[in-house]
Amino acid sequence: MIRGFLFQLGRYILLIRQVFKRPEKQSIYIRQIIIEMENLGLDSLGIVAFISVFMGAVLCIQMAFNVDTPLIPLYTIGFATRQSVVLEFSPTIISLILAGKVGSRISSEIGTMRVTEQIDALEIIGINPATYLIFPKIVASMFINPILIMMSMILAVFGGWLAGSLTGLVPSSEYIYGIKAFFEVYDIYYALIKAVVFAFLIVSISGYHGFYTKGGALEVGAASTKGVVHSSMAIIVFNLILTKILLA
Amino acid sequence: MIEAGNVSKSFGDHLVLDGISVKFETGKCNLIIGQSGSGKTVLMKCMVGLYEIDSGKVMYDDRVFSRMSFDEMKVIRQELGMLFQGGALFDSMTVEENIIFPLSMFTDQSPEQKRDRANFCLSRVKLENVNKLYPSELSGGMKKRVAIARAIGMNPKYLFCDEPNSGLDPHTANVIDNLISELTQEYNMTTVINTHDMNSVIEIGDKIAFIHKGKLWWEGDKDTILKSDNEVLNEFVFATELTRKLKQK
Repeated sequence: MIRGFLFQLGRYILLIRQVFKRPEKQSIYIRQIIIEMENLGLDSLGIVAFISVFMGAVLCIQMAFNVDTPLIPLYTIGFATRQSVVLEFSPTIISLILAGKVGSRISSEIGTMRVTEQIDALEIIGINPATYLIFPKIVASMFINPILIMMSMILAVFGGWLAGSLTGLVPSSEYIYGIKAFFEVYDIYYALIKAVVFAFLIVSISGYHGFYTKGGALEVGAASTKGVVHSSMAIIVFNLILTKILLA
Repeated sequence: MIEAGNVSKSFGDHLVLDGISVKFETGKCNLIIGQSGSGKTVLMKCMVGLYEIDSGKVMYDDRVFSRMSFDEMKVIRQELGMLFQGGALFDSMTVEENIIFPLSMFTDQSPEQKRDRANFCLSRVKLENVNKLYPSELSGGMKKRVAIARAIGMNPKYLFCDEPNSGLDPHTANVIDNLISELTQEYNMTTVINTHDMNSVIEIGDKIAFIHKGKLWWEGDKDTILKSDNEVLNEFVFATELTRKLKQK
């Protein structure tokens, strides 16, 4: 098992080295990056918005039920919701959702290209397939995912306000005071650093599994599953590492 | 001319190519024939550098391709076109974009020049009004023709075709064979074709190499293959009623 892991890790590192080789024609790669931003980012807007609003709403209601003593001011609900959303829920949970949505898409797209010999065709044409297929996706994701995460934070905090106001658990003024209280800009940097690292992990790990797919449709499905599972695991592990480094 | 010199290739303990030496001549359709699993595709993939060979060498007109780095190989690959078994057209691109793609990557041609070249290549493979279609909208025969059009887009010196007429009806298969043969002569290319289709062998086999169990078993052409007394070759060639009748005539 350890040998297998080391083999996969070594091959992953070698692939990443290939990915960051000089692109053949920069104008084509810039166009690819823009296309990937649309494919990987804009197409995820709906799901990210939907999950974020509900996530914020649930957080706010849970906080309100746990803060039912007059000793703790009501604005704490807004404060705690904001902190949970910014520090953990938006960067980590949304990245895990994106690992499922974007990761499976990348693995199956590249895996299908492998089993239908399209990657061989790229190589025959004289193009480095690792760079052409994975590099634009990595750059696009590392650029677009922090934007998605920022949007998620805003919508989750809004969801919390909506739930608190509609249910009458938190007065609007208290919630708004809470989300502004003790605000540290560093928390946003922390969340965005996590978003960038997680974006790299999602694309590179899913791309790796797709790139080395062997066989047919069944194996493409298996590669897609592996891509999602392994990138999710990597997000969880790196979440701990980054939290220790950046907040300790 | 392309030359494979004493090429061997194994996958794990399984020896797939065992010291194959063969020369493929310019301006001719050079066929590699053999049963499924005999090593034809592996030999072709070794020759184009998709597989690294264990020993021996692959040469393109006195240039030792098998010892080149990826970047050095790129130069030869721009002189090389390949038709894959399933076409290997890029799904996300239209027919025109598939043909233009290598030109965009490696030339500084204007969009008009590239479009003209794509139209010319499509007309050479007798396809019209398909520029804006995606590969999923094409029939099997059309996909192969578009793949040929993409392969000749860069004016290659060497053309490789991996089972170009597999999965096609006899008429379309014949059209594809003749097209490859015409293009080979027109552009004076060194064409190497993997096939186990005896119709292709008899139609366009200017030079034929028979591979069996990873070894070169026989070499000849379409005129000598039916007269050979090589038992293993005859088992392969005369496996069908049609070819047996042909021999009797």
